[in-house]
Amino acid sequence: MKPKVAFYWCASCGGCEEAVVDLDETLLDVASAVEIVFWPVALDFKVKDLQAMPDGSILASFINGAIRNSDQREMAGLLRAKSQVVVAFGICAQLGGIPGLANLTDAAGIFAEVYRDGVTPQRLHRENGHSLTLPEFFDTVVSLDAVVDVDYYVPGCPPTPNIIRDAVSALLGAELPPKKAVLAPDKALCEQCPRKDTRPERLLIKEFKRPHQILADQQTCLLAQGLVCLGSATRAGCDARCIRGNMPCTGCFGPASRVRDFGAKALSAIASIADCNEEAAVQEVMNGLPDPVGTFFRYSLPSSLLGRRRMG
Amino acid sequence: MAREYKYLCSDPGQELIRQDIRDRNLDRIIVAACSPHLHERTFRQAVAQAGLNPYYFHMVNVREHDAWVHTDKTAATEKAMDLVRAAVRRVKWHVALEPRQVPIHPDVLVVGGGIAGIDAALTLANAGKHVYLVEREPTLGGHMAQFDKTFPTLDCAACILTPKMTAVKSHRNITLWTWSEVRQVEGYVGNFSVTVRRKPRYVLEDLCVGCLECIQACVYKQAKVPDAFNLGLGKRKPIYIPFPQAVPQVVVIDPETCIEFKSGKCKKTCVEVCAERNAIDFHQKEEIRNIQVGTIILATGFEVFDATKVPYYGYGLYPNVYTALEIERLVNASGPTGGEVVLRDGRKPAAVGIAHCVGSRDEHTNRYCSRVCCMYSLKLAHLIKEKTGAEIYNFYIDMRAAGKAFEEFYSRVAEEGVFFIRGKLADVYPAGDGDGRLILQAEDTLLGMVRKIPVDMLVLSTGLEPRSDASEVRRLFNIGCSREGFFLERHPKLAPVNTFADGIFMAGCCQSPKDIPDTVAQSGAAAAQALALIDAGVVELEPNTAHVLEDACSGCKTCLPLCPYQAISFVEEKRALINEVLCKGCGTCVAACPSGSIRQNLFEDEEIFEEIEGILTYA
Amino acid sequence: MPETFEPKIVAFFCNWCTYLAADLAGTSRIKYAPNVRAIRVMCSGRVDPQFVLEAFAKGADGVLIGGCHPGDCHYQEGNYKALRRYELLRRLLNQMGIENERFRLEWISAAEGERVKTVVNDMVEKLRSLGPRVPPRRQEVA
Repeated sequence: MKPKVAFYWCASCGGCEEAVVDLDETLLDVASAVEIVFWPVALDFKVKDLQAMPDGSILASFINGAIRNSDQREMAGLLRAKSQVVVAFGICAQLGGIPGLANLTDAAGIFAEVYRDGVTPQRLHRENGHSLTLPEFFDTVVSLDAVVDVDYYVPGCPPTPNIIRDAVSALLGAELPPKKAVLAPDKALCEQCPRKDTRPERLLIKEFKRPHQILADQQTCLLAQGLVCLGSATRAGCDARCIRGNMPCTGCFGPASRVRDFGAKALSAIASIADCNEEAAVQEVMNGLPDPVGTFFRYSLPSSLLGRRRMG
Repeated sequence: MAREYKYLCSDPGQELIRQDIRDRNLDRIIVAACSPHLHERTFRQAVAQAGLNPYYFHMVNVREHDAWVHTDKTAATEKAMDLVRAAVRRVKWHVALEPRQVPIHPDVLVVGGGIAGIDAALTLANAGKHVYLVEREPTLGGHMAQFDKTFPTLDCAACILTPKMTAVKSHRNITLWTWSEVRQVEGYVGNFSVTVRRKPRYVLEDLCVGCLECIQACVYKQAKVPDAFNLGLGKRKPIYIPFPQAVPQVVVIDPETCIEFKSGKCKKTCVEVCAERNAIDFHQKEEIRNIQVGTIILATGFEVFDATKVPYYGYGLYPNVYTALEIERLVNASGPTGGEVVLRDGRKPAAVGIAHCVGSRDEHTNRYCSRVCCMYSLKLAHLIKEKTGAEIYNFYIDMRAAGKAFEEFYSRVAEEGVFFIRGKLADVYPAGDGDGRLILQAEDTLLGMVRKIPVDMLVLSTGLEPRSDASEVRRLFNIGCSREGFFLERHPKLAPVNTFADGIFMAGCCQSPKDIPDTVAQSGAAAAQALALIDAGVVELEPNTAHVLEDACSGCKTCLPLCPYQAISFVEEKRALINEVLCKGCGTCVAACPSGSIRQNLFEDEEIFEEIEGILTYA
Repeated sequence: MPETFEPKIVAFFCNWCTYLAADLAGTSRIKYAPNVRAIRVMCSGRVDPQFVLEAFAKGADGVLIGGCHPGDCHYQEGNYKALRRYELLRRLLNQMGIENERFRLEWISAAEGERVKTVVNDMVEKLRSLGPRVPPRRQEVA
């Protein structure tokens, strides 16, 4: 009997599903080692198939995406009941991800922006004696572990092939990792960055630059060139793909275990090395970071200490 | 368990704590009382004596921060509860720690060669310690060397001071560097590394014997340069000695006024006359010296209040308005007038006014009392009367004669016929009588009438102020200043000579205005503090240092430029390493580390999070 | 809900300047509003932005950081780092709906006991008019 696995997507872009598909030949290894019993994006199982399964009959469910409506919450709950192990797959499930930036507003704000003067979706619509319901759209986006008990986390936007491979082997292996573990190295990305040696020992930044403002040198540490690279605050494991693509790290692997709030720590590190002491100079330098929430809490706003913007 | 006791810091109080630890096997102790700055050490000791590691102790400040500053009892109690709750949560995370021990270098640096510095240096040198005495002027002596007589005994200042100055010079344990300044101070208690800049005198100290013939021989036949020692009342030549009893007895050349420096074409008669010893060297360069000391005593003294800031008293406007220190120079036999108290035109004054509290006890200048002016005003009244027979009028607010034999001196001066007008001098204006006399106007509050007294000369009893560069100097030593700008003491009552920097002490007027007896008392106290450290041999440093978690550090190098003590280095293994001896425990690197890989003893993240949560439990 | 809202302020006072200033206010018996609870750190540079966010998340109405005046830091430059972090964090907090008056960085030297009173009283007054900092609803999930 092959172990059963499921994949599901909540508030997501589909990238994590792509990541599984992108495993290429490894996918075949995975496919041959397990029996996939639920995967809406790729296979034609229905919810009632899932409901029919006995509780705990799925070895592991890999759920990606954040939770932002009642349907996602329900599906997460269903999969939790049917699975022995629930893995928050991808940084949206782990910390709330980019959809989490919606926490700077609320449902009313989003609908007003999207639907403007048009028709605003209603939860319940009756017509010809039939009723249609839409899931409840929450004011606040949350991470997966806010609605179900999560056993493991696989970070990334999306998780990289090696991380997925390692996660699957870990779960199929003889000894399971400790519960609640993040299945990636517990050190910052600088550890494995190819440009590590080019970061000066006394780096202080006079001016922050955004990627479109400079032609970044291909060999030198990006932070040293003034780009806001969050590699020093982000978990390693991705093999510094973005840096190899000459783009600064944006923090999609989340924080090390010793940090309580990713954005706060990343902010602290970047601010501390700004080269300015006088009030006016500090203002000037910080003007180079026009969107602190977007920069430091890009993937982690829902699970951060504040969680969401305080609405008036 | 919880216990209440009125005076926990007392012996029985501490015994209570020790007993409880033993009897009930306690493993964490919290005391909610006064500021940890006062008694953290006391209680830690008590805890240690009971066999428990002292760092399992935490102190909550419910006195200075609560009971003494809030009037709403309910709110204050709630606050105390929040703070104690925070401590209870915090202390769970405390771990056993050992204080760091560092050795104390036995040498001492004394900064400032006035009576305070001289006395401290002699005391320490006599105790067998090696002292560096660094003085900014070319000679020792400070302000005391400018005084004529000292109150209340009317001792000649120079007579009691100069023997001490020569004792310093000849003491084998004292390295005297005059015409020198401290440039930089690095290190910490027991291990200071100080850079001293020795300014060029253009005269070789080891060769000059102080015969002063070079001054005689100078191409300037007349002295033309205003003389700082005599406050500009006298003149000197470009090559000079500040005053006859200067120590060291070595001349100085002033490059601003010396012809050789300005044009390169002087006859250099000074060099000719010094041919045997060849002590003059126009090419002398400044020297930078580096010394290692264990303790430092600051004795940098004061400056006189600038009387031009009170233009209504006419200083700088009317010729015969003088400051008290200027009169000291006139009265002094080695002064610019040979000890004659005369007006600018050479006449003896027949009436002299002395205005107390100039630049003191005044909202518009300095709020504080300068402490010495009443006494020196009495002294000057006596000396001027003795020399000139003039009528003297002291305009005072209060007569502050608190020291030993001071009140008696006041009576004596009053009996000598000096007039006292209890009223702050309000106005000074010309009498218009063609003799240059001034009318001094004040309300005599005892008589209840306005007095207008014509005088020939007005003496302003100017107050004492901190040195104008005190705020730069104190940064060199990493100490603080109090509101008026004097150096800040660790505790105004119980630690007046200690600063907040361990191993750095102070004495004399740099701490606050005071007279010579109090200054000498303080320099003894400061010397004793230094000796206590040196003789103990080691000092214990708080173990609140930071350390990098080896297995966690990714080598991102964020922390490296943030440490002002260069305590963090990047090692071969490509990660950061903190030198525990250099780390001072500020915690900046801990807050900045983006992967949470640096921890700080006594101020762990978890400990602070617990305090926050404890405070806000009922928010 | 009390009749007059009493803001609760979590403060981080540096050991060498602001904490001593508060002690001085105490020995001088200067009276001021009881809304502040101070946490002692060795230097304002120790204040991690995580602490500030934690305080707001757990219900603080205001957060105050007290350090030495620029140039006077007992550890040379810690207060400059505090300033840099404060400025960026303040902007972030604005984006998160937390007003400037709720998060303050003040320089208070050891001799400025009186200033502790003026800063605290001023902050309390401003927070009273702003109202309570309501912890955000983390989720609309039952």
